Amino acid sequence: MTVTLNAPARPKSRNRTLTRFRRNPAAIVGLVVCLLIVLAALAAPWLAPHDPDFQFPEGLTLEGAPQPPGGLYPLGTDLLGRDLLSRLIWGARASLTVGFVANGAAVLLGVLIGALGALTRGWVGTAIMRFTDVMLAFPVLLLAIALTAILKPSLWIVALVIALINWVPIARVVYSEVASLREREFVEAAGAVGAGAGRILTRHILPHLIPTALVWGSLGVGTTVLLEATLSFLGVGVQPPTPSWGGVINESQSYLTTAPWLVLAPGAAILLTSLGFNLLGEGLRDALDPKGGR
Amino acid sequence: MLIFAARRLLAAIPTLLVVTLLVFALVRLLPGDPARLQLGEEATPQALTELRHKMGLDRPVAVQYVSWLGDLGQLNLGRSLQDNTTVSSLIAQKLPTTFELALLSLLIAVALALPAGILSALRPGGALDRLVTLLALSGISLPTFFLGILLIYIFSVNLAWIPASGYVGLSENAGLNLKLMLLPAVTLGVGSAAVLTRFLRSSLLEVLNQDYVRTARAKGVAGRLVIVKHALRNALIPVVTVLGLQLGGLLGGAVVTEQIFSVPGFGRLLVDAVFTRDLPVIQGMVLTSAALVFLVSFLVDLAYGAIDPRVRFG
Repeated sequence: MTVTLNAPARPKSRNRTLTRFRRNPAAIVGLVVCLLIVLAALAAPWLAPHDPDFQFPEGLTLEGAPQPPGGLYPLGTDLLGRDLLSRLIWGARASLTVGFVANGAAVLLGVLIGALGALTRGWVGTAIMRFTDVMLAFPVLLLAIALTAILKPSLWIVALVIALINWVPIARVVYSEVASLREREFVEAAGAVGAGAGRILTRHILPHLIPTALVWGSLGVGTTVLLEATLSFLGVGVQPPTPSWGGVINESQSYLTTAPWLVLAPGAAILLTSLGFNLLGEGLRDALDPKGGR
Repeated sequence: MLIFAARRLLAAIPTLLVVTLLVFALVRLLPGDPARLQLGEEATPQALTELRHKMGLDRPVAVQYVSWLGDLGQLNLGRSLQDNTTVSSLIAQKLPTTFELALLSLLIAVALALPAGILSALRPGGALDRLVTLLALSGISLPTFFLGILLIYIFSVNLAWIPASGYVGLSENAGLNLKLMLLPAVTLGVGSAAVLTRFLRSSLLEVLNQDYVRTARAKGVAGRLVIVKHALRNALIPVVTVLGLQLGGLLGGAVVTEQIFSVPGFGRLLVDAVFTRDLPVIQGMVLTSAALVFLVSFLVDLAYGAIDPRVRFG
């Protein structure tokens, strides 16, 4: 039973992290908001009151204007007579798909490239980090607009482009972390007893990067959702008729005076989602590393 | 100082070259033939071959890159596919408007962030600090385009104080120009204000823990005076850096803001170019914005070296 001898050390620190997280009301609010939105996206087929793409004949007033909130359509209808609430619930799928896929890929790329840059001394490492310098010179939104436009916009292209841009800051953070880790005694000791570069990376370095990956995994979803919404709003993101929050606002901008709910509801959804993941990410950071950010 | 500047400039050259290589690849290596794009789908094979030859597309890629780089050296970014005007003149014509917008929004950002950051750092963990922190995080989570539309809804539609769109040049009517630029500048500035507030807060908290601040307190300097005279000055140094680095974000945000408020600037030009698939314009604009960000971070580096000698010799 040698396992039990070593076991208590880790759960204890994990417990402390959990306690810190639980005592942070902002983090809990963030977690609840994120869970609710993820659940809504997953349960969209059952949760949405109507087909998001169906244009109800009675969904428009006699003058052809969108129906105000209430009755059959809890949040009103859009300019084509479709149920807004159903479109928003299905739109959560587009936002979160891009959010998780693009950000997941960015975190993976960022961790691998950052770690590689720090571990390979010599010109390869220098070249990798110089390349991140170059990438940082491009304004994110401008580059994203140009790339999606050239590649012909769609949900997966948006995810690809965001992943190709967002790994850069993660790689910088991971690089400096690994650069300080590789000087520590336990890495030196592993090398001294004959562990190769691959084993040092997977067994000794990567576990230390889990907190960073978790924090960026959450914060990054917030920024990614914002970026996707912005691209869709500009018309170079998720394409209609697929419902997306930014797209709904783009379509209904000109109805601002007569049907403000068409802009307010999806805007609130974007703000809430982004804020939720930001609160969760900051809460995770404070819980995992109480010194950082304080 | 001059040696420091020269060293930094020399180090920047390879990076800038890679920037140009990436921008070149961005358009040239992606699917689609620029000649066909210019002539349309019905072009005859002969016309295509001729145009390809004229554009130099039949030469090896490396030769194309070098000749393109040569053109860049003479500030020749090619011509717009729309009306054949030079890309450089288009950009030069639109940039001043966007610079004005960016400058105004930076002013607004500083005006908001300075008091918010100080108030928040006075009593870390207090009610006011938590409120500011939450507001700053909301500012970061708020999509620029949504904020812009909200401001139009409140100030143009409901209160009818400011027209929602329209643009008058600064030289034509400065007063009206500023009035029309106010909402766009606020829209663009709020995000930067949020970032700056958070940065100023942590920078101040770090400085407030240092010995010389404790010495000032021990001497009996009043609490507020310590902040303003001793802590703020040093805390602002890193903040200035962040301020400079905001430019990239502002250029991106200007795309959205100018679109919503119909401001005829750099961002509006990009959106128009995207929808007409005007590749030379898109390419030129991506390159120009990267060069601008690079230039500003270079200047910030120099300023930092001037303020803090340790950077120069480190």
